Amino acid sequence: MILLDNALLNPSPGLIFWQLVVFGSLVFILWKFAWKGILSALKEREGEIEGALRMAEETRAEMAKLKSDNDKLVAEAKKERDFIIKEAKEASDKMIAEAKERAIEQGNKIMEDAREVMNQERVKMMSQIKKDVATLSIEIAEKVIRKELSDKATQQSFVSELVADAKLN
Amino acid sequence: MISFNKEFIKVLFMFKCVYTLVFCIIIGISPSFSQHTEEHVAETNAVHEEEKFDIGGMIMHHIADEHGWEFTHGVKLPLPIILYTSDRGLEIFSSSRLDHAQVYNDYKNEHEHIVRVNADGTVNEAVHPMDFSITKNVATLMLGALILILIFTSVSKGYVKNKGKAPKGIQSFLEPLIVYMRDEVVKPSIGKNYGKYFPYLLTLFFFIFINNLLGLLPGGANLTGNIAITLVLALITFLITNLSANKYYWKHILLPNTPKWMWVIMIPVEVVGVLMKPLSLMIRLFANITAGHIIMLSLFGLIFIFKSWAVAPAISIFALFMSAIELLVAFLQAFIFTLLTSMYIGSAIEEHHAEEHH
Repeated sequence: MILLDNALLNPSPGLIFWQLVVFGSLVFILWKFAWKGILSALKEREGEIEGALRMAEETRAEMAKLKSDNDKLVAEAKKERDFIIKEAKEASDKMIAEAKERAIEQGNKIMEDAREVMNQERVKMMSQIKKDVATLSIEIAEKVIRKELSDKATQQSFVSELVADAKLN
Repeated sequence: MISFNKEFIKVLFMFKCVYTLVFCIIIGISPSFSQHTEEHVAETNAVHEEEKFDIGGMIMHHIADEHGWEFTHGVKLPLPIILYTSDRGLEIFSSSRLDHAQVYNDYKNEHEHIVRVNADGTVNEAVHPMDFSITKNVATLMLGALILILIFTSVSKGYVKNKGKAPKGIQSFLEPLIVYMRDEVVKPSIGKNYGKYFPYLLTLFFFIFINNLLGLLPGGANLTGNIAITLVLALITFLITNLSANKYYWKHILLPNTPKWMWVIMIPVEVVGVLMKPLSLMIRLFANITAGHIIMLSLFGLIFIFKSWAVAPAISIFALFMSAIELLVAFLQAFIFTLLTSMYIGSAIEEHHAEEHH
């Protein structure tokens, strides 16, 4: 009971009263004018930071996606290019081959034609030459005969000869 | 966070032992001292004054409340005395009127109790003046509140001024403390509905902290070591806890999950538990801070007991060490009071979905 008599352990009513008033108003004033602003600002800032972090994360993911899309596009383009080049090469090869074939064909045909024409020309020439040779021969023969027959003796012999031949026929 | 707490509690426990010892000794012997001083006054003092240094009286004087604020001998700041008596109503006058055992308006200061005296100087027992004076403790209380308001309104303004920027100055100094209290103390203890209680808990923490620190200043009042202050704080915690308690809390107390015949024991135990929580809060803060002051004062008192300057260096080293401990305790007690308050609130509003809870 000595402890309970001690002044230290007896709360004074006056101090309790003032503590209630002062502490009560302190809670109220700080609540209204300090904590409200501080806590909402903290929350807002944290929200902002969180949002910024999330956005950064999203952007990074988007970038990665874009990059992979890009890579895919590039790969596709490359593939297409290769395909086109291959096709073009094939086409050109085919064309060249065709052109070659046709050229050979054409050449063959031209050669054939030329050969035919040449043949015809030759035949024509031969017949002309034959004709010419015949005419020339006749002319020569005529000339020879004319000369031969310019003297009587020769004529005679020749006629006899001809007669001899004729006899043989 | 856990290891941090454990560490603190270990340190706390160590010094609590020292505190408790010294505290018990002082409290135990002080009534004899005060009786002694009463005799002094009765025998028209100054006769025994030179005889012996009254360390108990000195300590009691320093940790108790007083009318007027004495910084040192002869330097006393007068404070208003506010009395209410049923016959005369409200009376306000300066505390300097009652200094040196003077009688003013038939009032006299008897060991910091204002009493009405009769014309012949005897105490009028019929009149009990209600004392609402601005004592040293009330003045400190107001000063502390003013400091807190100035600090935290300026911090709050900082958030408007530095919006979207990094905190600056005192704002950046206190923000980690606020965030720490929120994320490590209040949120884990109370749960997701902490927002309602958080402004009160922050005020509680900083109120105890600043007043603990003010109490360490030379000439400072032992405010948080005054049982009236801790009583009100514990009472508010008690009210908040029990007024916001949900049905699980009350069911746990009034219809415990034990065999019915056990209720005879269990219900009183639970009810005592409800009352003990705020009571322990009240006594813990009061005893820790008061014990700290008593240790400091005892150390200084040793110089006067030995009546020698030679012990002063050794005492100074001890006192310096104790001051450092007191700084730690100033934070620690504010922290513990807030932590326990949050835990009590948390346990009262906790939702129990499963019935098998112990």
